[in-house]
Amino acid sequence: MTSITREEVEHLARLARLQLSEDEVAHYADQLDVILQSVARVSEVAGEDIPPTSHPIPVVNVFRDDVARPGLDRDAVQAGAPAWQDDRFRVPRILDEE
Amino acid sequence: MSQMDGDLVRQDAVTLAAAMAAGEVSSEEVTRAHLDRIAAVDERVHAFLHVLTDEALESARAVDRKRASGAPMGPLAGVPLALKDVLTMTGVPTTCGSRVLEGWRPPYDSTVVERLRGSDIVILGKTNMDEFAMGSSTEHSAYGPTRNPWDLERIPGGSGGGSSAALAAFEAPLAIGTDTGGSIRQPAAVTGTVGVKPTYGGVSRYGLVALASSLDQPGPCARTVLDAALLHEVIAGHDPRDTTSIQAPVPDVVAAARQADVRGMRIGLVKELGGDGYQSGVSQRFAESVEILTGLGAEVVEVSCPNFEYALAAYYLILPSEASSNLARFDGMRFGLREGDDGSRSVEEVMALTREAGFGPEVKRRIMLGTYALSSGYYDAYYGSAQKVRTLITRDFAAAFEQVDVLISPTAPTTAFRIGEKVDDPISMYLNDIATIPVNLAGNAAMSLPAGLAPEDGLPVGLQIMAPPMKDDRLYLVGGALEAALADRWGHLLIEEAPQL
Repeated sequence: MTSITREEVEHLARLARLQLSEDEVAHYADQLDVILQSVARVSEVAGEDIPPTSHPIPVVNVFRDDVARPGLDRDAVQAGAPAWQDDRFRVPRILDEE
Repeated sequence: MSQMDGDLVRQDAVTLAAAMAAGEVSSEEVTRAHLDRIAAVDERVHAFLHVLTDEALESARAVDRKRASGAPMGPLAGVPLALKDVLTMTGVPTTCGSRVLEGWRPPYDSTVVERLRGSDIVILGKTNMDEFAMGSSTEHSAYGPTRNPWDLERIPGGSGGGSSAALAAFEAPLAIGTDTGGSIRQPAAVTGTVGVKPTYGGVSRYGLVALASSLDQPGPCARTVLDAALLHEVIAGHDPRDTTSIQAPVPDVVAAARQADVRGMRIGLVKELGGDGYQSGVSQRFAESVEILTGLGAEVVEVSCPNFEYALAAYYLILPSEASSNLARFDGMRFGLREGDDGSRSVEEVMALTREAGFGPEVKRRIMLGTYALSSGYYDAYYGSAQKVRTLITRDFAAAFEQVDVLISPTAPTTAFRIGEKVDDPISMYLNDIATIPVNLAGNAAMSLPAGLAPEDGLPVGLQIMAPPMKDDRLYLVGGALEAALADRWGHLLIEEAPQL
């Protein structure tokens, strides 16, 4: 539970796909450090014998009959898309240049 | 219209519904009165991000026609409602208070909206909120803050500050909120209104834009306990489109609100949710309510929930972890904002630019916090430990509910603070939710209702009632009784003292 550096913030931002500015990196490094120090105390009471809870109610698989249902209206989906071409979502290139 | 003429917006939902059922007023008139009120005051309050003027009037006229045809009508038919902008409604902008969804019109209705429509409730518009429901003040909305109708320089709570302000400004008699760590209850507390977080799984999350899926829960907001119960009944119940939806009958909340009786009930004061750190007027009004409940025939005892002091820390690990994962969908590919797509940049660069431009500071903070907590090497110490604390808190609740029927505490440690006071101080902002968070972690039900005005600042104080899972009706038994006793003492409901604007 050491303090968080600017390099770590930059790494987190890359993982989270956030193109942070220099100022933001500095600001968040300070703030994340304070927050992490205050939340780290969860480990004080988290003993080995305590099972984790991921969900407030027991989660079970839910099945339904395999019956076809209409999907979303394509025109409405297209209207909300940032770019559309040839009846498909148009996306930027997915491969790096090198 | 008789005695209600000109005063429609000050009536509660039950009164409006009865007047419409008796033919004294039409839904169109009621809806128009609220739209006029919005037009008159919302420039100052900013509760709404989007007002559905024509659509609401059209829905109201349809309800009036249905009623005229002699069709059976639900108990809230024709009553207007304000909808938090985190629930989808076909063709109506749904921004979640974020630039990343500006202009997006969802192609489907959330289950909550479907049920509101099915009960002939008239939706007036979408209300402001902290971006993706991350906040306790509505200052983190990309579209500017909402103001508290009790004092326009102060926050209306958050994340559902638009919904709470709409109620307190008499812009709507009913509203929908969502509560992940207190986003229904804390706004209710600071605006002198009523808000309920149902048992997790009690109200469908289908069409609710997810913040933290294991914590999020939609719920009713109103100015009276009975109005909240009627709305609760409309939106609750099993939904096959939400895999966490509980397959069991909805607790009879309306009967409980009408019964409003605490005689013979055992009520627990949570020792850890009080004392130092709570504003004096908050503690004073809370103590008075405890006395009233005792006078009404409840047995009040102190109960200890020792692990609650770790709840805030656990929450600020679990929530960012789930949020960082849920918000990965905002990548600029299929809907919403896309930034920097100049034909040369790669998809990853465009994603990073889009998210940088589209998300505000609190969202970025929490995404990075969650990314950190989930990263290898830190997972066990942070996220893993937080999940264990969650177990401990659930056990604390279970042990407490073996001794008492409900638990009570102040809803929030302070009254409404000034806009700007805590906006860049995450830790002090997070402390607003210290009393509301344990319930979300354990998944049980809770309500906030007005307990009076703090003498030092004249601002509303909220009292929180917590019930075991699927015992939501107990909230209304206690809330209804306390509300009636306080109204008896004051000669009116607290909300009557809200400024006229």
